[in-house]
Amino acid sequence: MKKYILDLTVVSVERVHERYVLIKLTDKAPLPPMLPGQFVEVRVDGSAGTFLRRPISINFVDKVANELWLLVACVGDGTRKLAQLQAGETLNCVLPLGNGFALPSGETAGHAVLLTGGGVGVAPLLYLGKVLKEQGIEPAFLLGARSAKDLLMLSEFEKYGRVLVTTEDGSMGEKGFVTNHSVLQQEHFDLIQVCGPTPMMKAVARYAREKGIECEVSLENLMACGLGACLCCVEKTTEGNLCVCKDGPVFNINRLLWQN
Amino acid sequence: MAKLDVNIGALKLKNPVMTASGTFGYGLEFQDFVDLKGIGGIIVKGTTLKPREGNDYPRMAETAQGMLNCVGLQNKGVDYFCEHIYPQLLPTGGTYIVNVSGSSPEDYAECAACVDALDEIPAIELNISCPNVRDGGMAFGVTCAGAASVVKAVRQAYHKTLIVKLSPNVTDITEIARAVEAEGADSVSLINTLMGMAVNIEKRCKTLSIGTGGLSGPCVKPVALRMVYQVAKAVNIPVIGLGGISTAEDAIEFLMCGARAIEIGTANFLDPAVTIKVRDGINDWLDRHGVADVNEIVGAIR
Repeated sequence: MKKYILDLTVVSVERVHERYVLIKLTDKAPLPPMLPGQFVEVRVDGSAGTFLRRPISINFVDKVANELWLLVACVGDGTRKLAQLQAGETLNCVLPLGNGFALPSGETAGHAVLLTGGGVGVAPLLYLGKVLKEQGIEPAFLLGARSAKDLLMLSEFEKYGRVLVTTEDGSMGEKGFVTNHSVLQQEHFDLIQVCGPTPMMKAVARYAREKGIECEVSLENLMACGLGACLCCVEKTTEGNLCVCKDGPVFNINRLLWQN
Repeated sequence: MAKLDVNIGALKLKNPVMTASGTFGYGLEFQDFVDLKGIGGIIVKGTTLKPREGNDYPRMAETAQGMLNCVGLQNKGVDYFCEHIYPQLLPTGGTYIVNVSGSSPEDYAECAACVDALDEIPAIELNISCPNVRDGGMAFGVTCAGAASVVKAVRQAYHKTLIVKLSPNVTDITEIARAVEAEGADSVSLINTLMGMAVNIEKRCKTLSIGTGGLSGPCVKPVALRMVYQVAKAVNIPVIGLGGISTAEDAIEFLMCGARAIEIGTANFLDPAVTIKVRDGINDWLDRHGVADVNEIVGAIR
C-alpha cells in the first residue's frame, strides 16, 4: 500500500479517560486507504524530550466524514503534548504503516470472530470490527479493564457487534481477566484477534493454541523508523528476527516464538 | 540552479547528499516518499559474508536529540543481497553503495569481492566502526594497525571506489584516517555512532539488550563536525561527513568543514523525505549566495 507523509488537520481532541484522548483528524483531500491493524507515525512538535515519531494505531476511519481517529494513551511528555493539540492545528503523520489483521468475509463458512483487548490496546479493534461487519461478519468484542471507568468507547464498539466485558475489580461485566470470561467456555470461535498488554496477549494466545483456534496478536515493540529500515523493533519469529513495524504489527501466533 | 555533482575518487555523484547505512534500508522502503534517483548515493544496510541475526531486542533507546541503537548488523548475507536485493534495486535508477562489514580481514575481502562483481554498484563503504558487534566491527577501527589490515585485504579484492567508515570512539581519528589512506582507501566517511549507554532506573537495568549502543542524531553533530574538519586537513582523499545532519544548513556546515559529500542518517526516521529536502536546500542556499558550484564551498572554513 502506498504510504504518505501528510499534515492532517485536528478536528477535535476529546478526553475519554484521565489517561486517554481521542484525536480526530481530517484532510482536504480524501484520506488514503488504511486497513484495520495498521498504524501511523506521528511527529510530536514542541516536546523537547521527544525525539522520535510516536507510532499510534489506527482506531477508526470514518470514510463519510473523511476522518482518522487515534486513541492515544498519555504516558510520557510526547503523548501528553499530543493531548494538548487544538482543533485546527495540524499533526504530521506518516501513514498507513505495517500490515493489518486478517479480514475474513461473511462468505467464508463458519467464521465466528472474537476481538479482544485491554487498555489502549482496544484501539484498533473498533475499526477492525467495523470492517468485519461490512464484510458480513458481526464480531464479538471482549474488552478487559482494571475497572468500569477504564473501559473506553463502549458505545462505539456496540455499533459493530456484541460487547462483552471483564474488569479486574468486578465493577462491570465479569470479574477477572478476558481469558476468564464465560463466553470462551460457552461459545465456539474460529478466529481470535487480540491487541493489549503483552501478558494479556500471551494468555489469549495460550488459550487459542490449546483450543486450536486461529489467533492474531498486534505487537507494539519500541520503534524508530516505522518503515523496516532501522531494524530496532524486531521480534523473534519462526522466520528469524522480523520487524514489527513492517512485517507486523499483526502476527499470527504460529509465527511467534511464544510457546510459554 | 547550482552545479551539485561531486566526485569521490572515481565515483561521480549527481549531488553530495547520501544516505547513511542502516537508516535507509535498501532505499526501497522510502520509494513512496522520495525519488531515489534524486539522491546522490544510497548506502545500503551493513552486509556481511554470512547472514547475521543481530542482537536481541531491545535495540533502541531514545535520548535527548538523538537515539542509541545496538542492532548488531542484522542482515541476510552478501549472497542474499546479490541474488535477491540487487535485482530489485536496478529498476529504481538510484546510485547504490554497499556497506560491507566482517569479522576478519579475509571475511571483509571475500564479501567485498562478491560486491565487486555487481556492475551497477560503483563503490563500497567499509564498516570498520560498528560499536555493536563483538567479533570485529569496531575492533578494527580503533587501531591504526587493525584498520590498515582490513583496508589492505579489501583493496586487493575490490577494484572500484573504496570508502572507509571511521569510528569516533578513538583518541585521534586523524591517525586512523591516515592509516587507511596509506593502504589505498579512496575516501573516508565519518563519523559512525558514538558508543553510549542508557539505563532504566525503575527496573535498575540497562535499557539496551547488550548494555551499550551507538549514539546518533543531532546531539552528535558538533563532535562529527569537529572530526570531519580535522580529518579533512589530515588526508588528501575526499571526506564524506555524517553525524546528526537533518537540514541543508547542517549539510553546508560539513561541506565547509571539508566534506566533499554528506550522509543523512537518523533524520530519515523523523522525515522520510528529508534527503531530497536537504538536496534542494543546498541548491537554494548556493543560488541565494551566488555560488555556481557546490565544490566551491568545500573546505571554505580554513
